[in-house]
Amino acid sequence: MDTRVAPQVRPPDPSGAKVASPRRGGLRRSLVRALPVSPAVILLLLFLAGPIGYCAYIAFTDLQLTGQAQSSFVGFDNFRAAFEDEAFLNAVWLTLVFTVLSSLVGQNTLGLALAALMQRASKPVRTVVGGIVVTAWVLPEVVAGFLLYAFFRREGTLNAILDWLHLPSQNWLFTLPILAVSFANVWRGTAFSMLVYSAALNEIPKEITEAAEVDGAGGWRRMWHITLPMIRRSIGTNLMLNTLQTLSVFGLIWVMTRGGPSGKSQTLPLFMYEQAFQKSMIGYGTAVALLLLVVGSLFSVVYMRLLRTEV
Amino acid sequence: MPVRPTAAPLLLVTLLTATTLTACGSGSGSDPDTVKVSFKQSTDNSIKVMDTYLGEMKKQFEKANPGKKIELVPIKAPDSEYYTKLQQMLRSPKTAPDLVYEDTFLINSDITSGYLKPLDTYLDKWADWDQFIDTAKTAAKAEDGKTYGVPDGTDTRGLWFDKGIFAKAGLPSDWQPKTWDEVLDAARTIKEKVPGVTPLNIYTGKPAGEAATMQGFEMLLYGTGDGSADPLYDTASKKWIAGSQAFKDSLGFVETVYKEKLGLDVSDALDPNIATRVRGELLPEGKLGINLDGSWLPQDWLEGAGHAWPEWSEKLGLAAMPTQNGQAPGKVSMSGGWTWSIPSKASNPDLAFKFIETMQTKANAQKWYIANSGIAVRKDVAADPAYVDAQPGIKFFTDLVASTHYRPAYPAYPKVSTAIQEAMEGVTTGDSSVDKAASGYDEELKTATDDQVITK
Repeated sequence: MDTRVAPQVRPPDPSGAKVASPRRGGLRRSLVRALPVSPAVILLLLFLAGPIGYCAYIAFTDLQLTGQAQSSFVGFDNFRAAFEDEAFLNAVWLTLVFTVLSSLVGQNTLGLALAALMQRASKPVRTVVGGIVVTAWVLPEVVAGFLLYAFFRREGTLNAILDWLHLPSQNWLFTLPILAVSFANVWRGTAFSMLVYSAALNEIPKEITEAAEVDGAGGWRRMWHITLPMIRRSIGTNLMLNTLQTLSVFGLIWVMTRGGPSGKSQTLPLFMYEQAFQKSMIGYGTAVALLLLVVGSLFSVVYMRLLRTEV
Repeated sequence: MPVRPTAAPLLLVTLLTATTLTACGSGSGSDPDTVKVSFKQSTDNSIKVMDTYLGEMKKQFEKANPGKKIELVPIKAPDSEYYTKLQQMLRSPKTAPDLVYEDTFLINSDITSGYLKPLDTYLDKWADWDQFIDTAKTAAKAEDGKTYGVPDGTDTRGLWFDKGIFAKAGLPSDWQPKTWDEVLDAARTIKEKVPGVTPLNIYTGKPAGEAATMQGFEMLLYGTGDGSADPLYDTASKKWIAGSQAFKDSLGFVETVYKEKLGLDVSDALDPNIATRVRGELLPEGKLGINLDGSWLPQDWLEGAGHAWPEWSEKLGLAAMPTQNGQAPGKVSMSGGWTWSIPSKASNPDLAFKFIETMQTKANAQKWYIANSGIAVRKDVAADPAYVDAQPGIKFFTDLVASTHYRPAYPAYPKVSTAIQEAMEGVTTGDSSVDKAASGYDEELKTATDDQVITK
């Protein structure tokens, strides 16, 4: 059997003369194959790479939305200004806090926990819990924002519950804005992690877990030594997607706090919006957007590393 | 075979290119018989003052000019987002409307950007232009001496107070404070004697936007000194003023209000929708003692305006905002207003101006001032008893025009205004002292104005 299959996979006769001709043919063939794709590539370049390139160019100018007849090239001035701007550094810090709290810790861990618990749950429980969590995810960002605004505001649900428990209530959006918006993001985004991890956990062969159980490994040990290493690839992918999505959250925070009070929940996307559209400084705002892109790719690189070590 | 896989993407590509090309080709929508009019629609769904008025003007115009059409393009947004949206539209001939509603606060920025068309050739031939008072004519005049907009009224600002709350606090119903301290004292009395109401509202912080700067801070700042010079901008050196005592004093007033809890709860004061809440809930429900606000409030309280409250004139009193220490001229007000302008990239400017003429016949202008509680900028309307008696308060606010100030609405102004709001927010929340907030403003001012700063 082996000898019969092999010739179909490999070139039948690997002699020099015959290698050249498949190559030429291959080149032509790949050109022909590329042809149908090329319009799509051109469109991508035009509508995706084009605007990004244009943005990169604008970031080096002092372009304004209004108040200026002509813009000029200013080199790295915008970037220099950003790093000297306390509000920018504040936004970078808050973005990191928001991302770590809501994406790394919140969505990721909670998603995994839910997925693990649901493995053992009965089918009706699984359907109901899954349904609720996914609903939060399907809701448009702005709607979710309003729901959570109503939950956290002074006359909101949370305070009503606290009052009922005779606990002190407060205006959460005012006293702990970054925590409130982080919680909102956890609430909204956990479903995605849960789905990713459910799929990953289903992939683990039952025999391995059973064997470990027979060997006397408890729940935590099994989780730590078997489950986590086996789903490491999924963890990496999930962290990367979560983080990138969280970094660009705008609507949720805008609806809940508008970045306030006093910039205490102003993450980079909100800071960028303020500079570009409220203060009309498109050039500066775009420079900040590019920096946000850099932050995102830094995170990605870390996760890619995480993925690679496994292979 | 390669034919099959190509078919789908190729079809897609053809479709995409076709749609993009057509979008490029006919996107301008420049129908020579249609005037596209962009205006700011209230974010409060129940308020349709402008929609109703423009709808009526549209009917009049289309009847008088057969074959011509008015297309209303409302932009439903809070002030700051309206400007942004408008500026993006004005950038390109494809999206530029034929007529825009411009706040005098930003008009110079848009003129400098080359977004607007000078109207002098039209104004020269327009007889009604002589009816506009001189200050109003300069509202949309740029540094190049050309006029870029026709004002549809102006506004003034003062103190609105609740007579019921005043009676309970033992304060007079014809209250007229002479100094800042008298305003604060009245608020303190209310706080002490009428629990459960907010004694004094003064807009503050970034969420309130220009309302914080103009109705709040500048009503204080322009009441310092002898009122002869602009406290924000030095016209002689063409530089912005930093480090002034007047600035700190004004911040000090704001700090006192929030530190002594004479104002709204800070978290309410920094709610982006606070202006709507003040006129929609707090005042009509008798929960606010004194409110430093604009002349336009009654437009929300007219019959059919959503928050109908016709008896407001019996419940509320009006007082002019006093100068800091009662120095001459004794009272202070700020004025702004909106103008109708024609974008430089408009496709039908001539027809657009014709629509301005329709809106600004004496009868139509008067109808508009009364509908939106505006202050007349036309002499013939201001003299008409039908206008003066149309609404309580109109005379009070029209009289304030004599002691009113206009903002230095140069291109840097919006950024300066944001810097003021940040300073106010700092003292409101208690995060910064007056000195720290003022020096923060001085720093911001340098960046905002490219170092065009003078210390006074």
